[in-house]
Amino acid sequence: MADTQQLDTPQDIPRDLHGLRRSPASLLHEVFAAGSTGGVVELSELEFLTMAGIRVDPQSETATRIASVTDGLPAHCGDVTGGGTNGKPDTAVLWLGPTEFLVVAPPDAHETLGGTLVPALVEALADGQGQVVDLSANRTTFELTGPRARAVLEKGCSLDLHPRVHPAGTALSTEVGGIPVILWKTAEDTYRILPRASFATFLGSWLLDAMREYASPEVP
Amino acid sequence: MLLIPCPHCGPRDETEFHYGGQAHVPYPGNPNELDDRQWAEFLFYRENPKGAFAERWLHSTGCRQWFNMVRDTATYDIQAVYRMGEPRPTTTPPGGGSRATGGPTGPSAAHAGTPASPEGARP
Repeated sequence: MADTQQLDTPQDIPRDLHGLRRSPASLLHEVFAAGSTGGVVELSELEFLTMAGIRVDPQSETATRIASVTDGLPAHCGDVTGGGTNGKPDTAVLWLGPTEFLVVAPPDAHETLGGTLVPALVEALADGQGQVVDLSANRTTFELTGPRARAVLEKGCSLDLHPRVHPAGTALSTEVGGIPVILWKTAEDTYRILPRASFATFLGSWLLDAMREYASPEVP
Repeated sequence: MLLIPCPHCGPRDETEFHYGGQAHVPYPGNPNELDDRQWAEFLFYRENPKGAFAERWLHSTGCRQWFNMVRDTATYDIQAVYRMGEPRPTTTPPGGGSRATGGPTGPSAAHAGTPASPEGARP
């Protein structure tokens, strides 16, 4: 009990908490590096991205205010707005449902690192109907890149990932290897995979296993 | 594995969905007036037809929205997908829909006449 009280007082919290935090797949970083093959397929974890969940009726005035913060809200399944085309290069909004969106931004957009993303969204929401929730710790982000990335994903994802159907700039909520994830194609041959934190170790190991055959030279 | 066409996300694997039982079961207008048997019938008694059946489904791994679907329980043929609150569409599958049932009266005939009460829209 005494310990809890001590930690609750701000002066006892270490100044630099960010040096202490560990990402959900941090135990796998070395095997990710060892299992990646440059120019074929590479896997890494993007740590501590800032994420905010938004629930709002896109037709409402509240949505207009929120859209002015995020530079628009995606309208259809798979759509992503932002992400390189405007002043905030790395802030993107993913469509999760007709009234549900996920904002993904770099780590320093979080207010603990001096960013203003979530407070700005909360301010835009004001007392309108909807919600803005800081979900930065909910999911972690894997980046799978390389010419073989699609082949790796196709082992565990039943969606059609051919570029004709699934072009860059598409984000879909689906399953990879039996794990519910958001699959976001950020560029040609580059995918971001967002599993919930508790699935990170399993999915990371699953992806490594799926990548293994591409590390050896192709047998004709 | 069923390939279910979600009205928001398009065709997805059955594993992304959860089943929600029979659709169009209206909540009683005044639950206090029901006796135990009527209440039990509202809670637990469901149709079990061989043939077209209107069901609720939840796309839990995708858009997390509920929707209705008319599915043939014998052939797994998905005849219609429509949003919550919409009435059940009349589904007469072209080319002999009762090929699997074979009965003289299609089970869906019992449903066809009754106007489905819109549900899903909360008051």
